[in-house]
Amino acid sequence: MQHEIIIAGFGGQGVLSMGKILAYAGLIEGKEVAWFPSYGPEQRGGTANVTVIIGEERISSPILNEFDIAIILNQPSLEKFEPTVKIGGTLIYDGYGIQQAPVRNDIHIYEIDAMNTANDEGISKAFNMLVLGGLLKIAPIVSIESILSGLKKSLPERHHKFLPMNEQAIKRGMSLVKKITN
Amino acid sequence: MNVCVFFQNSAINNLCAAFFHKKAFFKAILQGFSISTLLFSEKVVPLPSVTRNVLSMTEEIKLLKGNEAIALAAIRYGADGYFGYPITPQSEIMETLMEEMPWTTTGMVVLQAESEVAAINMVYGGAACGKRVMTSSSSPGISLKQEGISFMAGGELPGLIVNVMRGGPGLGTIQPSQSDYFQTVKGGGHGDYKLITLAPASVQEMADHVVLAFDLSFKYRNPAMILTDGVIGQMMEKVILPPQRARRTDDEIRKECPWAALGKPANRPPNIHSSLELDSQRMEQNNLRFQAKYRQIEANETRGEEYRCEDAEYLIVAFGSAARISQKVVDMARAKGMKIGLFRPITLYPFPVRELYSYVGKIKKILCLELNAGQMIEDVKLAVECRIPTIHYGRLGGIIPTPQEVLDKVEKLQTEQQ
Repeated sequence: MQHEIIIAGFGGQGVLSMGKILAYAGLIEGKEVAWFPSYGPEQRGGTANVTVIIGEERISSPILNEFDIAIILNQPSLEKFEPTVKIGGTLIYDGYGIQQAPVRNDIHIYEIDAMNTANDEGISKAFNMLVLGGLLKIAPIVSIESILSGLKKSLPERHHKFLPMNEQAIKRGMSLVKKITN
Repeated sequence: MNVCVFFQNSAINNLCAAFFHKKAFFKAILQGFSISTLLFSEKVVPLPSVTRNVLSMTEEIKLLKGNEAIALAAIRYGADGYFGYPITPQSEIMETLMEEMPWTTTGMVVLQAESEVAAINMVYGGAACGKRVMTSSSSPGISLKQEGISFMAGGELPGLIVNVMRGGPGLGTIQPSQSDYFQTVKGGGHGDYKLITLAPASVQEMADHVVLAFDLSFKYRNPAMILTDGVIGQMMEKVILPPQRARRTDDEIRKECPWAALGKPANRPPNIHSSLELDSQRMEQNNLRFQAKYRQIEANETRGEEYRCEDAEYLIVAFGSAARISQKVVDMARAKGMKIGLFRPITLYPFPVRELYSYVGKIKKILCLELNAGQMIEDVKLAVECRIPTIHYGRLGGIIPTPQEVLDKVEKLQTEQQ
């Protein structure tokens, strides 16, 4: 089973690193992985997104027009990517700053209250890990153990002291996600 | 830089005389020589066992960006030097090399030149000494390097140039494009020369093609280019790097490359590396020699990959990132019952002419997918001698077509009259 995932939000929210950790976790599990970022001059404060593909077979195109899972962290990304979720697919969004909630009824929609929680609990830097926890709760694409090893691989050694905090954030994120529609 | 060292060497003396009128060029080449003869030192630093992960001998699967894979593969190959100047979307090549500090391990030189023109001429200088040297840039920077590439082809010097293409013309955009196809395979610089051109379609191939490009380039004493784009350069995938090799010692270079300008012994004439030959008779002989070499390259070195072509009635021809998109399109079209396959040229020069011609009589129509306004399609039509109707589809200026968009075009192949 191949999982085609888009993660989209503002530059600085940790969108690209969240994708990287997912890809590393896939690698650790011996799966085929591809990570393709939107790169450009618009990243700081602008929108950033990354496509992550994890599967058993050789991956063809890193450029996709539809996705199994969309993780949406701001309004412009919601407008851009809600229509690209495959029928029966999954959309997870953080309600913070969303004025127009998703409207489709042929996909599974989940909301995660990550931004508010991260701010309230003083862990704003682990915001993306809360979201990642939410994703793993709904779609266990890779195991938590692989995610943690992936995190270790993608973090420089001097930041390894933050590993426990990130692990906690992932677990906290699992409890923050709630289903909106079928 | 100790200039006196060079003027004692008659080979370099001659070279200097030939180019005295081009000061910048001359300076950069000298710098290349200087780096070759001084910085590259005769001593090849022995490899520590497993002190740095880059030197680990185990076949570890890594997750790397295409640009990072090129840098690490060059160190593993035992390259002697990299000369570059930053430009998006390929800056990670030099960044990775600077981070890895190969001058402390293999002894490889990594140098940020003052410009793209200086960098390519440093490659000329290093190559003239038989060193395995490379440069990289993106489209506008590659345009600046064309003079140096032509001079390398004229001087029959090996070397690797990486072009991570972005949309042009001019400074254009930083997004992916394949619009430098013509520039790369049809000349680019002046004169009747050819540039061996490889088109990787995955991060693994980015690493593999560093090895292949250097090997071919030294085999034929001709510059080689890896022609890729921001999709493959910026994407991360699994990759196994080539095994670590030691850099060649000067003695090994003298043995393998007797043409290298590494100091003139008394018993042979000087090795002169110049593209200048004012005697037209001799210049024609030089050209005939180049042409004979190109025919040999065309006979021996074409590479391509077939995907689901066995019973295909329709064919997509695409290279690099466009081939990755096409692979998905083939799967989607096959799922709808359409008999379609993909042919992916891996070498753009030499173009896989015979391989494509073998589809004549079997294939009804070809769709040539390129991230440009229609460049490789000319070579495809020539290869099949226009005996298969061939149409082009492409997006311009950094826009990447989606698989669905290409599928729509592919489905029209069945209905539309050519």
